[in-house]
This record gives sequence, C-alpha cells and structure tokens, in this order.
Amino acid sequence: MPAEPLYLDHAATTPLLPQARAALAQGFDAWANPSSPHKPGRAARALLEGARARVKAALAWEYEAVFTSGASEALALAIGRAQVERAKVERVLVSAVEHEAVLRPAGADAARLPVDAHGLVDLAALAAVLAGGPRTLVCVQQVNSETGVIQPLADIAALVRAAGGILLADAAQGAGKIALPDADLIALSAHKFGGPIGIGALLIRDFALLEAPGGQERGYRGGTENMPAALAMAAALEAGAGWMVEARRLRDLLDGQLQAAGAEIIASAAPRCPTIGGYRMPGVSSAAQLIRFDSAGIAVSAGSACSSGSLRPSHVLSAMGLDAKAAGEVLRVSIGCETDEAAIARFIAAWRDIAGSARA
Amino acid sequence: MIYLDYQATTPLAPEAREAMMPWLAGPDAPGFANPHSPHRAGRAAAAVVEVARQQVAALLPAGGRVIFTSGATEALNLAIFGSGARRLAVSAIEHAAVLDTARAADPGVALLPVDPQGLVDAQAPLPAGADLVAVMQVNNEIGTIQPVADLARRARAQGALFLCDAVQGAGKIAPPQDADLIAISAHKLYGPKGIGALWVRDGIELKSLIHGGGQEGGLRSGTLSPALCAGFGAAAALCARLGESDAAHVDRLWTRARAALAGWTLNGSDTARWHGNLNLRLAGLDVARLLSECRNVAFSAGSACASGSGRPSHVLRAIGLSDRDTKTAIRLGFGRYTREEDLDEGVAAIIAAARSQGVALPWSESPS
Repeated sequence: MPAEPLYLDHAATTPLLPQARAALAQGFDAWANPSSPHKPGRAARALLEGARARVKAALAWEYEAVFTSGASEALALAIGRAQVERAKVERVLVSAVEHEAVLRPAGADAARLPVDAHGLVDLAALAAVLAGGPRTLVCVQQVNSETGVIQPLADIAALVRAAGGILLADAAQGAGKIALPDADLIALSAHKFGGPIGIGALLIRDFALLEAPGGQERGYRGGTENMPAALAMAAALEAGAGWMVEARRLRDLLDGQLQAAGAEIIASAAPRCPTIGGYRMPGVSSAAQLIRFDSAGIAVSAGSACSSGSLRPSHVLSAMGLDAKAAGEVLRVSIGCETDEAAIARFIAAWRDIAGSARA
Repeated sequence: MIYLDYQATTPLAPEAREAMMPWLAGPDAPGFANPHSPHRAGRAAAAVVEVARQQVAALLPAGGRVIFTSGATEALNLAIFGSGARRLAVSAIEHAAVLDTARAADPGVALLPVDPQGLVDAQAPLPAGADLVAVMQVNNEIGTIQPVADLARRARAQGALFLCDAVQGAGKIAPPQDADLIAISAHKLYGPKGIGALWVRDGIELKSLIHGGGQEGGLRSGTLSPALCAGFGAAAALCARLGESDAAHVDRLWTRARAALAGWTLNGSDTARWHGNLNLRLAGLDVARLLSECRNVAFSAGSACASGSGRPSHVLRAIGLSDRDTKTAIRLGFGRYTREEDLDEGVAAIIAAARSQGVALPWSESPS
C-alpha cells in the first residue's frame, strides 16, 4: 500500500488556502473583463481594485502595486524597466544566491555580490562596488529559496540609497510570512503563500522608478487582468502569518533532531525564515535521498523546484563555499501552515532510516 | 444583466470551472503541487499540464508546439520580441497587443490597409525586407475574417515569419493555416483569465522574455498553474466538441439580431465574418448616452481595452469611416451561452434607447 503523501515542499508551491479558493469562486462568478466600461465590467474592475487595496493593506505597503502573472514576470519587468531619475539604470548588481528569475534577466554582465559562509551578502563588497558609480539597480532576495537565509535588506537598502541606486527585492519566499523588506521594488508570488499559481505582483515605491511599457495595470502590463486570482491573492494574504510561531517551533525541532542524527544544518548561524531548512546527509547524494523519500510518500526537494532533477550543483550552496560533493548531499525541507508535529516526526524518522541504511 | 460583449471576455464554461477545481486543492488533497517538482505530487500536476497542452494543441495546426503563457498579450510579445524581427508589417486593424508591440520593436512598422469591408487584400504587396508579418484571424471589433492562409504563404515565400493573432477565432473556426506563430487566449473561448498560449511551428527558434526556472522548454519561465492549464484544456476540448453547434447557434442569433436591427448599417463584411460579432452604426447616435441608458445590457463601443478612452476606433477609421461616424458604432457580441430571449430583450432595449434619442428607425420599418 503506498504511503500517505506528506508534503514538505512548500517553497515550491503551497496548497491553496480555503479562503483563497472561496475568493476564486467569487471571482469566477464576476467573470467580465475589468477593462469593459459596462456594468459587469465595472463590477469586475471594482473587485480588482479592491483586491489591489487589500493586498497592499495586508502587506502594509502604502505605495504602488501592479499585478503580474507571477514573480518571474514581476522580476523581468523590474529588471527590464528600472530607471533612476527617469533614465535607464547603468548597471545591475545581483547577489550570488539569487533565483534564476533574477540572474537570467540581469544578464551575464551583471556583477555578482559574494555571500559569506552563512549565505549573507557581503556588505563591504557591496559598498565597494556601489562606490564605483551611480545609477545602479541592486537585486537582493529577502529569503533564499534553498536555505531560508534572510538577507539584511535594511542595511543593504541604506547603502544602496546612499549611493543613489535602487533596490529590488525578490520576496517570493518571504512575502505573506515575514514583514516586507525595505526596498524600492519588491516581487512576490501568490502561490508561495497559499494563493493560486498564475498571479504575483510587483510593488513599486514610486512609478518614476519604472518605465511604463503600456497597456493595463497603470501601463505596466498589457493583458486582461486575472481578477479572480487577484482576489484569491488578497484573501491568502489576509489569512495571515500567525502560524509562523508554530513553524519556528517545528523548524527548531527539525534542526535539533536532524543534527543529533548526523545532519549538517545549512546556514544554521544565519537569520532564517522558519519555513525553509536545508539539511545535508553526509555520504548520501540528494538524488538518492529524493528517491527514498519519494517512495516513502514524502515530497521534499533538492534545491528549487525548477532546478530540482537537473543534478547541477546548487549555485546557492556553491556560493556559500560548499564543495560539489557536499552541495550534492543537501535536501530542502519547507513547511506550510498545515504542517504539524506528526509530519515533522515522520520526516525525521524517514531521514534517520535513510541515513542509517546508507551507513549499514 | 444581459451580456452581449463576448469579444471582451466569455463566461467561464462550467466544465472548465469543474476541471480547475481539483487543482485548486488544499493540503488534504494532492492537487496543488508545483508541476516542475520531480516528486510524485509534482509529476501528477505535470501530467495534467501535458493533457491540457494536447487539448489546446487540438485547436491548432499540426507540426508545432504549444507554449503556455499568461495570456495572448504575453504570447504576442513573446512572438514579436522573441523572434528578433527588426522590420515588421502588420494589418492596420490589429489589436493594440500587436500594434503597440510591433511599434516598440520597429518604430517604422508598415501597416497593411484594409478595404471598406474590413479585409486585408490577400494579394496586397508585402514590404520587401519585412522579417515578420502579422495579420489577425478574426478582428475583435468588427469580426471580419482575414485571408490569413494566403498572406501567410506569401509572407513565408519572401522569407518573413507570419504571426497570427487568433484570439477571436480560436475554438470557433478552423485554425489559421500556414502561419509560423499563433497566439490565443483562454478567456475568449470560455476558459479562465490568466492563461493563453503561443503556438510555434516546429523549427522556429525564439528568445525568451521571462527568464528564470526555464519552464516551457526555456521559452517562458514561471511556475505553470495546473488549474489554469486544466481549465484552458477543458474549455478547448469543449470548443472542439461543440464547434458546430456553437456556430449554428451563433448564426441563429445573428439572423435574429440583424433582422431586428435592420435599419442599422453593418460595419465590415457580412459574409467574411464571425457571426458572433455584430458591429453596427446609426447616423447621429450618441453612443456614450446609449451605453449609459442601457444599464441592463452589457455591450461596448469598440474593444474593451480602448473602450472609454474616447479615441476614435482605429479599426473603423481603417475601413474608411469618418471620425464622426466611428463614434456612432456599437459592438454586440454573443455566443454559446446567449439565449435567444436575452438577445431579443437586449436588442429591444438598445432600439428603445436609440429611438429616445430621436435617431433610430422604428424597428418595424423595413430596411431602406
């Protein structure tokens, strides 16, 4: 009999919250085009604008927000259109541990900011690069998708602003869980916090920071707006992050018990979002671990969902100084609001079992 | 509320909504995983995406692949910018999603004119040196069906790529033949908003616009929504199944509405046309007033995106109407879920409101 599925891969995507599902249904019932000026169109528009206001309120963001199809599109928009004093930025800096959705649009020319062994951006290196010239777009994520490490964005924002640059934060993993970072542009994705796949947003401190290509969403994004998803995104955010306290307890439990069983905790000394933990099982490849966990009915991952299965060594772990062998033995466990202590206990037992049979 | 604006968006088919529900699941059900995760739940989600891809592909020609996007606008942007084309020629009546994107890619874009029937001449000269030609299948404002197969063959014969915006035709009429790139949108064929597709002929290479996890063969990064894909797939399968009866229903509605509005002038061809689009004008009509007086009928003056802008329609100007005449036009759009009695009631309300402006012909009067 196949084992009951246990999902510990919330950094890849999360189950839809019931509140979000109800909001989608409400949106499906008001299916008119929000750009139509007739009554059903205006009703759809009102729901869309209500969703925008609710998203901003739930995030305590008082500036602008445009809806996109997800974080990848929000990041592509931000990196492609960012401007300082209404002229295109001259250079882009990215941290070495950004998601591919930042690294790729930033391009091969973008300078990479190193991180230390804890996965934290090297502030001295950032200051040195910033001193080299103004009109810089700096991209640093809020929470790393593989390790959970939280970057010191308040310090980074201060450095970037003092140098006349602008800061883009990929908050895909942190939004809806921990407070928004201090940044000028912030990208988020609803399906990482209990909302539906297919919607995200770019938060914009000032429209002057972004050239508008034209179309809907204040000229930033052509295409009929996905109002039902926007409503569901708002509902998911409003459900709140009260479960972070429990998540923290569960993550600490994982840390303690796995360490006792021989695991190496990735970035244990850094501030980490309680929803994501990286754990190395010395001597067992992550591919082999994944097969064992999968057959035990447990969904976890090696690195991000996008790169998982590629067997490339993680650029995040490499940037932190892990060698290819060590990096190839790390699994990511990511928990959600429905994860309970029994789930954690089952994972720990399976981990011990796999580690034990490898040693035998 | 009587909804007569099927070109702006279509109601979500109950079957499409039903197909989405298992993939909008909570933690107690398996249907929420990231289709790019290699674990069991992820593989199940990926399987649904691939089934949907087949269902959507069935509405499109053989010999190409379907790339899911967030909608037709993104698909058109991907086609135009991703092709790297520098010299473009597009019809004068394209949707803003093509016109504006083409202008951004080539400020000197050539516009292919249309005749008073709203049709591009199949033998129209295509500018030498153009590397991408775009002509839509069915116009969104006046419903005219363009001779895209002929234009596609001629564009390709002179070395250009041919892009077809098939948003208004997909799922309703046969797909455009001989195009290289075809953009479609789910919410215009009774599917959900937030998803569309670009069909890419085998062998054509594009550059991606949204980078990241490398989904969709590297062409379009971003987590795919199994729910939106399933809804799109179910809507497409339903269109394939109901295509004939949908068209017959639309023809009946068309005949009724045309008879009731016999004194109005049709914009665009009567025959080379999707009959779910009835674009009419009436001399002296104040359309803004008409729209506000028919509060219980949802219809439009031009496209949803341009509606309310007050700009004269570029499509109606292209078929030769004066600025004043363009402002006397209304668009009625109907489809699968429009009942005859709703259409009759909506049309009667429009006639009554027009008559109260003192411009409408009595609807019992025979056409002049």
